[in-house]
Amino acid sequence: MYKILKKEVLNQAVFLFDVEAPYVAARCEAGQFVIVRIDEDGERIPLTIADYDREKNSITIVVQAVGYSTKLMSKLEEGDSFLDFVGPLGQPAPLKKWNRVVGVAGGLGAAPLYPQLKKLAEDGCEVDVIIGGRSAEFVLWADKFAKFCKNVYIMTDDGSLGGKGFVTNKLQELIESGEKYDHAITIGPLIMMKNVVLVTKKYDLPTAVSLNPIMIDGTGMCGGCRVTVGGETKFACVDGPDFDGFEVDFDECIKRQAFFKEEEHECMMRIGE
Amino acid sequence: MPNMSLTKVPMPQQEPNVRNKNFEEVATGYTAEMAIEEATRCLNCKHKPCVDGCPVNVPIPGFIEQVAAGEFEKAYEIITSENALPAICGRVCPQENQCEGKCVRGIKGEPVSIGRLERFVADYHMQNGKQAVNTTTPNGKRVAVVGSGPAGITCAGELAKNGFEVTIFEALHKAGGVLSYGIPEFRLPKDLVAKEIENVTNLGVKIETNVVVGRSITVDDLFEKGYDAVFLGTGAGLPNFLRIPGENLLGVYSANEFLTRVNLMKGYKKGEAPTPIKVGKKVAVVGAGNVAMDAARTAKRLGAEEVYIVYRRGAEEVPARAEEVEHAKEEGVIFKLLNNPVKIHGNDGWVSGIEVVAQELGEPDASGRRRPQPIEGSNNVIDVETVVIAIGQSPNPLIRQTTEGLETQKWGGIIVNEETNESTREHVYAGGDAVTGAATVILAMGAGKKAAKAIIDSFSEE
Repeated sequence: MYKILKKEVLNQAVFLFDVEAPYVAARCEAGQFVIVRIDEDGERIPLTIADYDREKNSITIVVQAVGYSTKLMSKLEEGDSFLDFVGPLGQPAPLKKWNRVVGVAGGLGAAPLYPQLKKLAEDGCEVDVIIGGRSAEFVLWADKFAKFCKNVYIMTDDGSLGGKGFVTNKLQELIESGEKYDHAITIGPLIMMKNVVLVTKKYDLPTAVSLNPIMIDGTGMCGGCRVTVGGETKFACVDGPDFDGFEVDFDECIKRQAFFKEEEHECMMRIGE
Repeated sequence: MPNMSLTKVPMPQQEPNVRNKNFEEVATGYTAEMAIEEATRCLNCKHKPCVDGCPVNVPIPGFIEQVAAGEFEKAYEIITSENALPAICGRVCPQENQCEGKCVRGIKGEPVSIGRLERFVADYHMQNGKQAVNTTTPNGKRVAVVGSGPAGITCAGELAKNGFEVTIFEALHKAGGVLSYGIPEFRLPKDLVAKEIENVTNLGVKIETNVVVGRSITVDDLFEKGYDAVFLGTGAGLPNFLRIPGENLLGVYSANEFLTRVNLMKGYKKGEAPTPIKVGKKVAVVGAGNVAMDAARTAKRLGAEEVYIVYRRGAEEVPARAEEVEHAKEEGVIFKLLNNPVKIHGNDGWVSGIEVVAQELGEPDASGRRRPQPIEGSNNVIDVETVVIAIGQSPNPLIRQTTEGLETQKWGGIIVNEETNESTREHVYAGGDAVTGAATVILAMGAGKKAAKAIIDSFSEE
């Protein structure tokens, strides 16, 4: 059993858990993920690691209660435990010695982006971040990013915090205004990452994206997480989850994400949603 | 006088049209009377060819003699002196190529049904027997076993019986490897797998689930933590794909994914377990091995109306066990042999059909099987909504990528000394599909046992 050391409600749908997981905490790196299960017969849910504390043997995960299992998860409290918690899975993010990087996060994506940018900043890279959300309450961790980012830009759909519009508007504006970056990292909904890449491609700004497709085991066994990258089939769980955004077939990713839509609906009806 | 009947006592089983709608076990097992009757067919011959045919050398005539005498517990002791997982082997071993394939009674008529008798004895013990206690004195040596499939479980059990302190590290949340995620409930009930594994943990073997060796911990870490030897029984977990257009369409599964959703994640309990599984009305399973048969029969049970086995070679080359093919046909699976898939067709991202080219058989190829050659212009699209690719698995690269000094074949199999199953790295042993590529449960068990023996020998020499 993997004990929940801390629970924090980040907004009406998003929850943070610090979980005791010695194996994962000892070896994980930015970009890797874990798979958790709540109860017997429960789904295996892949979640990218949002932070880790090697001394406390703990891993931070941030979860959005959107599906059956994540809704169940949102009901767990401090002192409760996850039945299963395995990792670290996937390759560490391929971070390099860059001079200046811009991170672009949408909604929940801010959480997994955080350890990557933090690591870069610790290694002496100058880091800016653009965080987007539907409205003010969906903008995550602006304060945490502010501790090491030179600039924190915020965009909301309704203008309730920061600028009104999408993260891509801000990104385009920054590049147009002459800001020079040698790399971009974007994590968020597939459609957002696709649009970020459409912008960065125009300016030839190399961009890493982090994918979280449907998967079961997370060790290369099921192949459910296949993505086409540069015309080749890759398994996000073992070859990724980070890939060169210019090479990812986002339209295929978006289609594949919807494979079990009907079944998810049936499942949700059981918890009265 | 032995029972000279030329045929085996038939195995009671569910009717095909009943069982293809449920996940209950197909064969329901011998009664005590049936077992005794079948056991008396054994001639107890002196040269015991059946024992040579068994990869773990179970003293077969010895246990059968006890069955004939109604001494089922004694029979169980004899089997388990060499085989830790008899309830499993009795069900999934390809006996026709092993013990039964060598049985003298098979020269004229059917061989003694060794598999069914083994299963009967194991099931009898589960119902009626007492739990054995491990009384061996610990020898102070620790072994880490990686993977809790048949190779790892067997190796761990043998070592524990010889005084070793053994911990098995399992990547998934549940022990059993392919026995848990791969082989379906209707062929190998999971309660029974759990009980067989419990027999091994009762010997003192510890199982740590949710540890991915190569990620959560490395082989080097294990030695640093004080393990004296490591056994790698990591299986062949990486699914092969066809590399044809359309393989990423919605509705294409690897057999691993399809079976894992249904078995490990309990997708067969519709409306109970939340992990989804979706099958169309028409399903094509590509491949004709045991895994393909499992996938096809599973699809049928999940409600598919038409299920096809699509295979590029002919009937003689089908690698699945004859019994599995027979069962699949009885349950209504349609065989489309000599058809090579070349493309999966889609409609708005979803599978709509699989295009095949008819084949004819030419000269034998490197595998000794006649090489299929396409018949020009014979392309044909079979309408299906689901495609399951069951053309084999390769070893997972995680451990070889993270373990220095561990040499592997080009295709990924770990290279070992054939006598000892020791790898190119000292004190690291390997066995099962991780070494041979996808093979059988019993061969993996044999390898686990051989490695255990070598580990025992290496420490008794010291």
